[in-house]
Amino acid sequence: MSFDPALVRKDFPIFQTTMRGKPLTYLDTAASAQKPQAVIDAISRFYANDYANIHRGVYELSATATRLHEQAREKVRAFLGAAESREIIFVRNATEAINLVAWTYGRSQVNEGDEVVVTALEHHANLVPWQMLCKEKNATLRIAPVDASGTLDLEAFAGLLGDRTRIVACTHVSNAIGTHVPVEEITRLAHAKGIPVLIDGAQAAPRFVVDVQAIDADFYAFSGHKLYGPTGIGAVYVRGEILDEMPPYQTGGGMIERVTFEETTFAPPPERFEAGTPDIAGAIGLGAAIDYLEAIGLDRIERHEAELLAYGTECLEAIPEVRIIGTAARKTGVLSFVVDGVHPHDVGTILDGEGVAVRAGHHCAQPLMNLFQVPATARASLGIYNDREDIDRLAAALHKCVELFH
Amino acid sequence: MSELRELYQTTILDHNKQPRNFRSLDPSSHEADGHNPLCGDQVTVQVRLSADGTVEDIGFQGSGCAISTASASMMTEAVKGKPLADVHALFDRFHDLVTSDPTEEPDLDGVGKLMVFAGVREFPMRVKCATLAWHTLKSAVEDGRTARTE
Repeated sequence: MSFDPALVRKDFPIFQTTMRGKPLTYLDTAASAQKPQAVIDAISRFYANDYANIHRGVYELSATATRLHEQAREKVRAFLGAAESREIIFVRNATEAINLVAWTYGRSQVNEGDEVVVTALEHHANLVPWQMLCKEKNATLRIAPVDASGTLDLEAFAGLLGDRTRIVACTHVSNAIGTHVPVEEITRLAHAKGIPVLIDGAQAAPRFVVDVQAIDADFYAFSGHKLYGPTGIGAVYVRGEILDEMPPYQTGGGMIERVTFEETTFAPPPERFEAGTPDIAGAIGLGAAIDYLEAIGLDRIERHEAELLAYGTECLEAIPEVRIIGTAARKTGVLSFVVDGVHPHDVGTILDGEGVAVRAGHHCAQPLMNLFQVPATARASLGIYNDREDIDRLAAALHKCVELFH
Repeated sequence: MSELRELYQTTILDHNKQPRNFRSLDPSSHEADGHNPLCGDQVTVQVRLSADGTVEDIGFQGSGCAISTASASMMTEAVKGKPLADVHALFDRFHDLVTSDPTEEPDLDGVGKLMVFAGVREFPMRVKCATLAWHTLKSAVEDGRTARTE
C-alpha cells in the first residue's frame, strides 16, 4: 500500500510557507530533511516540562530526563535492528560518527604499512577522516573504483582487500549520485578476510529499513537531521565485541568510572564514548522522528521514493539538454544532473526563482565529480513529502532554464 | 520569472556565452588565482600594468557560473586602459551596487555597463559569484595571493 504525500505534507509546518510567492517545492532532503510537527513538539515538550541534565541527578526531573534520553537510544537500537542498546552511541551527526570510529578504533588498529579501503562514492565525511588517519600512521588509503554509471566495481573492491587491510569504510547510498551499494556483499567479502566494515548510512537510514545484523555491519553511522529529526544529533552503531575493545573518544565528564589526579578508569559503553552533557533534547527529537517514520512504515517510504525516482528520471530524460549524472541500476532518493550550457549554480538560482529548492555544487564529493568530469551538478533529492507534482514543477523550471540560456 | 530576467540580463548571457579577453596574457606583470570553494568557481586573472600603473592589458581564464563568467568578462572590458586608482574606485562602486538593499533604487552612478549586475542584489547567495573576478584582480595587483570568496 502506498501513502498520500499530500497528507504527509500537512504534518510539516514548513510547507505552509511560500518561496518567492510560490509553493515550496523542497527537493533537498538529501542535504537535510524538513521536520514534522511531532518532532518539533517533542523537543519543546521536553524543554517545557521535563528538562534537566541526565545521569546522577537524585531528583525526579533528572530521572525523567534520563529515562527519556535512554528511551530514545532504545528507539534507535530497534530502528537499526541492533542487538543491544549499549551498541548505540549518540554523536552530533554521521560526520562525528565516522570520526569517532576513525580516531578510536581506527587509530588503535591501523599502523604503518597497513591499508584502509574506501570507495570512490564517499562523501568527504567518509573519506577525509581515513585520509588523515592514513597520513598520521603512514598507512595507505585504497579507493575502490566505480564504473561510468556510478556503480561500484565489486570485483575491483574485492581485489583491494589484502593482509594489511584493517578497515573498510563504504557508503550505503551515495549522497551525490544516488548509487545504492550492495553493502551485504561488501561485508561478506571483507569479513571473509577478517576485515571490519563501517557503513555510512546517512542517506540510507531515512529511506528504507536498515538492519545492521542482517547487513552484518561492524559500524553503522547516520545523522538525525536527515531522518526528519533535529540537527546536532546522530548515532553510530558499533558491534558489541568491538565496542568493548575501543579506546575512548573525547574524555571528561559522564564517560568516567573513577578519577584520581593520577589515573582514570572509564565507564562502560555507550557512556564511555559520550563525554560531556549530550544533546538530550536532540536525542528525544530523534526518537520522535523514528516514531513518526515507523508509523508511516519504512517499506512504504521506500516504495514511494522508488516510484518517484523512476518518474523523475523519466521526466529529466525527456529534456534533451539535461544529462543525469549517476545511472546505476540500483539508485535511491537522489537525482543528480547537469544542464547543457548552464552552470549548476545558475540552474539552482533559476529553479529557486520557481520555488524549487535543489542543491548545486560538488555535494561534498569532489573526487567523484572529478571522475564524472563535472565541476558540480544540480541535485534533486526526495523525501516522504514529495509527490509527482514536485517533479513536474522541477521539469517545468528546467524547461525555463533551457529557454533562458539557449 | 521577472526577477530572473533581471538577474540574467541579455548582456550577462552574452558575456557568459562569449567571454571577452578570455585568454592568457604573455607577458603579464601581475596575476592571481581566485576560487570560491563553496561552488567550485575558479578564475585566473592576468594583468599587464604600465610603468605609471595603468592597466595596459588584462585577460582571464577559468570556469564558473554565468554570473561569475560574465562579471569577469565585463570587468576586463571595464578596466582596460584605466589607471589603478580608477580600477579600485570602480570595484568599490560595483561592490556597493551588488550588495545594496534591493528594496531601494540602485545607485548606478559611475558603474557604466556594469549596471546590468544590479539584479544580483535580489540573490544574496550570488554576490560572491559576481565579485570573485574583482577580488582576484585586486589580489593580482596588490600581493598576488589567491583570492577566496565563500
